[in-house]
Amino acid sequence: MKAALALADGRVFIGRAIGSPGEISGEVVFNTSMTGYQEILTDPSYRGEIVTMTYPLIGNYGINREDVESSRPHLAGFVVKEACDLPSNWRCELSLDAYLKENDIIGIAGIDTRALVRHIRDQGAQTGVLSTLDLDADSLVAKAQAAPSIVGRDLVREVTCQTSYAWDEGTWDLAQGYQAARDAARFKVVAYDFGIKRNILRNLVSKGCSVTVVPATTSAEEVLAMQPDGVFLSNGPGDPEPIVYAQENIRKLLGKVPLFGICLGHQLLALALGGRTFKLKFGHRGGNQPVRRGAGHDVEITSQNHGFAVDAASLREDAVVTHINLNDNTVEGLRHKVFPAFSVQYHPEASPGPHDANYLFDEFIELMEKHQAVSRHS
Amino acid sequence: MPKRTDIKKILIVGAGPIVIGQACEFDYSGTQACKALKEEGYEVVLLNSNPATIMTDPDFADRTYVEPVNPETLARIIAKERPDALLPTLGGQTALNCAVAVAKDGTLDKYGVELIGAKLPAIEKAEDRTLFKQAMQNIGVTVPESGLAHNLQEAMEVIERIGFPVIIRPSFTLGGTGGGIAYNLEEYEQIAMAGIDASPTNEVLVEESVIGWKEFELEVMRDKADNVVIICSIENLDPMGVHTGDSITVAPAQTLTDKEYQLMRDASIRIIREIGVETGGSNIQFGINPDDGRMVVIEMNPRVSRSSALASKATGFPIAKIAAKLSIGYTLDEIPNDITRETYASFEPTIDYVVTKMPRFTFEKFPQADATLTTQMKSVGEAMAIGRTFKESLQKALRSLEIGSCGFESRLFDETLAEPRPLEGSELRTLEAKLRIPNWERIWYLADALRAGLSLDEIFELTKIDRWFLHNIAQIVAMEKRLIQAVGLLEQPDGEVFRTLLREAKQMGFADLRLAHLWKVREGRVRELRHRHDIRPVYKRVDTCGAEFEAYTPYLYSSYEEECEAAPSDRRKIMILGGGPNRIGQGIEFDYCCVHGAFALSEDGFETIMVNCNPETVSTDYDTSDRLYFEPLTLEDVLEIVHIEKPEGVIVQFGGQTPLKLAVALEQAGVPIIGTTPDAIDRAEDRERFQALLNKLGLKQPANGIARSIAESEKIAERIGYPVVVRPSYVLGGRAMEIVYDLQQLRNYMQYAVAASPDHPILIDKFLEQAIEVDVDALSDRSHVVIGGIMQHIEEAGIHSGDSACVLPPYSLPKPIVDEIRHQTVALALELEVCGLMNIQFAVKGDQIYLLEVNPRASRTAPFVSKATGRPLAKIAARIMAGKSLQELGIDSEIVPTQISIKESVFPFTKFPGVDSLLGPEMKSTGEVMGIDFEFGKAFAKAQLGANVRLPISGQVFVSVREDDKAAVVEPVRKLRDAGFVIIATKGTAAYLRAYGIHATPINKVKEGRPHCVDAIKNNQISLVFNTTFGAQSIIDSFSIRRSALMHNVAYFTTVAGMQAAADGILALKRETLDVTPLQEYYPQNG
Repeated sequence: MKAALALADGRVFIGRAIGSPGEISGEVVFNTSMTGYQEILTDPSYRGEIVTMTYPLIGNYGINREDVESSRPHLAGFVVKEACDLPSNWRCELSLDAYLKENDIIGIAGIDTRALVRHIRDQGAQTGVLSTLDLDADSLVAKAQAAPSIVGRDLVREVTCQTSYAWDEGTWDLAQGYQAARDAARFKVVAYDFGIKRNILRNLVSKGCSVTVVPATTSAEEVLAMQPDGVFLSNGPGDPEPIVYAQENIRKLLGKVPLFGICLGHQLLALALGGRTFKLKFGHRGGNQPVRRGAGHDVEITSQNHGFAVDAASLREDAVVTHINLNDNTVEGLRHKVFPAFSVQYHPEASPGPHDANYLFDEFIELMEKHQAVSRHS
Repeated sequence: MPKRTDIKKILIVGAGPIVIGQACEFDYSGTQACKALKEEGYEVVLLNSNPATIMTDPDFADRTYVEPVNPETLARIIAKERPDALLPTLGGQTALNCAVAVAKDGTLDKYGVELIGAKLPAIEKAEDRTLFKQAMQNIGVTVPESGLAHNLQEAMEVIERIGFPVIIRPSFTLGGTGGGIAYNLEEYEQIAMAGIDASPTNEVLVEESVIGWKEFELEVMRDKADNVVIICSIENLDPMGVHTGDSITVAPAQTLTDKEYQLMRDASIRIIREIGVETGGSNIQFGINPDDGRMVVIEMNPRVSRSSALASKATGFPIAKIAAKLSIGYTLDEIPNDITRETYASFEPTIDYVVTKMPRFTFEKFPQADATLTTQMKSVGEAMAIGRTFKESLQKALRSLEIGSCGFESRLFDETLAEPRPLEGSELRTLEAKLRIPNWERIWYLADALRAGLSLDEIFELTKIDRWFLHNIAQIVAMEKRLIQAVGLLEQPDGEVFRTLLREAKQMGFADLRLAHLWKVREGRVRELRHRHDIRPVYKRVDTCGAEFEAYTPYLYSSYEEECEAAPSDRRKIMILGGGPNRIGQGIEFDYCCVHGAFALSEDGFETIMVNCNPETVSTDYDTSDRLYFEPLTLEDVLEIVHIEKPEGVIVQFGGQTPLKLAVALEQAGVPIIGTTPDAIDRAEDRERFQALLNKLGLKQPANGIARSIAESEKIAERIGYPVVVRPSYVLGGRAMEIVYDLQQLRNYMQYAVAASPDHPILIDKFLEQAIEVDVDALSDRSHVVIGGIMQHIEEAGIHSGDSACVLPPYSLPKPIVDEIRHQTVALALELEVCGLMNIQFAVKGDQIYLLEVNPRASRTAPFVSKATGRPLAKIAARIMAGKSLQELGIDSEIVPTQISIKESVFPFTKFPGVDSLLGPEMKSTGEVMGIDFEFGKAFAKAQLGANVRLPISGQVFVSVREDDKAAVVEPVRKLRDAGFVIIATKGTAAYLRAYGIHATPINKVKEGRPHCVDAIKNNQISLVFNTTFGAQSIIDSFSIRRSALMHNVAYFTTVAGMQAAADGILALKRETLDVTPLQEYYPQNG
């Protein structure tokens, strides 16, 4: 079966269908990770996006039930050069195609993905339509042009949990898989779910936190009533600006409890601090983004997935930029000068990607420790 | 952090000659390092004995020592140059070992020299098996169970603990020399003892076998600020048990989930930190159990390596260059990425294609060698291919090897049948053995196993090759079947069905020639159909970043995709075709010429375009030429590049036989070949036309004939008289060339050789016994000729010119003879209208000069001559080809240097147990070294030392020579006796020497009973062996003499001329110690 991908600016690619048949629109983006497609598929931050993998062979090691970042795939569509139909890995349970079908995800294979990526790089990420039903170029381009843009939309509501829940699974280990929570938790963390990746929760648990995940719209008062040692602001899809309710809640929490934000959580913190965000031309998505920590030469290789970024110039004096992207000098991390609050644009929980930034979870723990001590004194 | 200003002068050690396990990848890395450090304003001092390297070009370092790479020489250079720092991590194991030696013996401390890149403790931690194991345990990284042994008893204790099978790895050896896999006690004893012997520290590691586990490598870099990045992951198709240099490898890793990959990445980072490699690159190898993912680390190289060269070419990230910059204090975030310009070296390359590396073997040169692939490396070169899928990349790699393969040719079936017959009985068992026991043809047998209907699981059980690879090959085989079944479509080739099928096949990497075989049509027919449908490759860029940033360097590979990124310019441009994978007979020398061609033409304002598929080379550095096409050197691939680039000239005379073979077909296809015309090349290569040419010029050649049958050969041999030299036409490196002494031997040969090369007739020449061979390299612009250099061989004619030592200028030929050689060279060059370089081989017997061969192209000796004279022959040749005249270039006369330069060959015999080291007309050397001095003896001693032959200055000389050589050996033996050596000889030789007043203690030949001469060698009682033989039986009888001398590192000479030179060398060594002189001082006049 054939499939077609049309971009709003008129570029059309015809390939083979993988996954489910159908038609969907979304923002067409690319990810440069060579491994970790399963984590990417299940990362809720990809809500509303048609994700192109730059590595041409996807599905080589198949799909297993462990390497998931949420209960199911969230992205709108999946674009690869070659989808492996006979995967090989000791943990493999099913093929990519079978998994996409199982989860009703539309995909396309057999196109010149490098050409598509170069196009996005040069022209910018834009809306596209992926279809197995309509292969007519003009019709698809028209649909792409009519489809809603990702800018200004609240996609968080589409992925956040409906009710709060406790999380008690720790990080993955080769011999034992996911490990259960260790001993008694030392810190109580409330995690805002803007589309949270499970590996963040697993890291928090493994570092000694008991974690309660709450819906994105949970009010600051409700959160404070839970008497947390720290509040975590999660990653999530799309544009941070329309998520006004979250910004307001963060403003209320600021100074009262240690805050740690990742990705969308970082952007929301910046907005809550009075900063602004802007849309990057084509975003940062991949596992090889270099981030400079501080003013010296400490560079960490990070996992990233974001289309918007914090405007450094917009930040007020109370926000300190702690990390910058070595490639394009965009803001990658910030910290409040007075209050116990910090955030990073990238993904210290990795999954997929390098573990270089895992120390940030320790910093969150330290911050909570310090805050506990201060609270006890006061 | 800024670069260091406390150091000003840096000494770099190169890898020395090309040997198995250490090839031109270290010229690539060393050249990058020299360039990078000079760029930063440091004074660079270089030691490397290999004249065929780019790094030893006098422009690349301030002081270039073409001297033996060993600790003594290194110490002398340090004493003389007083460098501030020594960078030991770019010249392979050789350089690292030398650096360790001068660090340990106090030389570095004495002269206040700092090791940069890796410090001594780090090197020792990585290289010493016990320390490494301890370090891994410290950081919780698993290593296979293992134990060390220094003798038989310890070896037995270890094996009792670990159990079979085990891998034996000698400490501090190169390419796993002396190691192996043992399945039983007998094998174990033998390999363990050989390994202890081979190790400079007499130590082996006996290791739990993880044979059959998946094998991975990570290339890691670290900077002074402790930032660590992974440059590339590599997955081996061949599982553990086959040396990674002999494995088919793929980048990036294909079958690891992100979770598993990150575990490996984390481990790598911990390892490089724990070992303490301060700055630069390291290579770390891992094994993974395919059943449960358990990971063990196998080893770590604290330096750049063959794999790092591959990783650099595979990703576009120049590891050696960056390593050099890190070593002088920069951090990764300060070094710009050349390709993207806007980003820095502090990131991890991501690629959007698949790279396949295939090793190139030359077992045909060593028929007695065991061709089983083990933990000891046996391949001599490699080809790399890039494709958008593994299938495309793999099939491109197959045809890049240049072994006559253009795809998955069947070893068992008529492959044009869609349904091969099922295999049973012994045939099936043979196939199973070919799958189970690793061998160089296994990749083709995998396809046959699929054709024979074996399931992926069955093949996996036999090979342990991951099912992912097998599945991809199965898809190729399935496509072949579809193609064969579709042969009828050739009748209506204009249809859409045919077009779709053809395009699909091309996307899977099928060569036109492969399709032609499957369809039983000519290659040209497939090409024509393909072009009619406008199915052509596009060119994609290697950009380090998966297209996230724009690539400014046109480093390109082909793929049957939609969008072409070649963006050819409209500048004046010249394309140079490279030499493909290294092999015996065609190695780094040709790459050297290609690189020089590119440099010269670029200086002259041309855009230069390089085409090559050898990842080890300088030519495939994206910096070398303006545009690099990393592509197979086949007619199809070259024509497509010409189509897109439309160069005004294509140079075929630099890359050796590889591009030369394409010359005629390219010209017929309308490609503008510049330089000597393909017709002139043919006149020199075609025997009959060559004869006519000589007749016309009144030149002489040995009596000869061409035989197309056995009967014809017998007639010719009778006419010209034995001994004769026989060989197939159109060969390089003396492939299948032999000296035949009688009818029986001739018959044997004809059966073997005709089978070896059915399309070509056999050439028979009179063998000129005891003649002196002379090599001449010359430049010509069609109207003028200038001699580049005249080299007199030390070994007599009959030893392949690539294997013999040679001396520039000639050291014993009378002037009238040399002048006549000059005269004949000029006549030939003008008659052939040579435009560029030519090489002629002469044989001088008495006052007669015979022409052996004329090659109107760059020769193996071009780099040596350039180094000896200071005149860059290949650069001048390139300029001539592009239209300049010798006069315009200011080249008017031959340079005859006052210093004596000697080229010596280096052989791979230690890698092949059971192989005789006797030299003959078939080339066997893998590399060369150069010795320079103002005295013959000293230059010869340096050349020997460079080739790792230590001429003794005292001890016992064992002499055993054939009847004809006895007279000639008297003089050198007398010299040695006078110098204090004790002479030991076999009875006949001893008697002969006695008659000339030389006392020689008689000793038994091997067949005469014990104790015999081999016992004496093995007991370290002999320090020098002179041995010549004649006839098959005598060769067999004396085999153990040569072999034991080789294995016990005793200097031995198997030709009389070699013995004479050795005696002179020894006398020179006894007189005074060797001193060291940089090239720059030898020819200031050129500088």
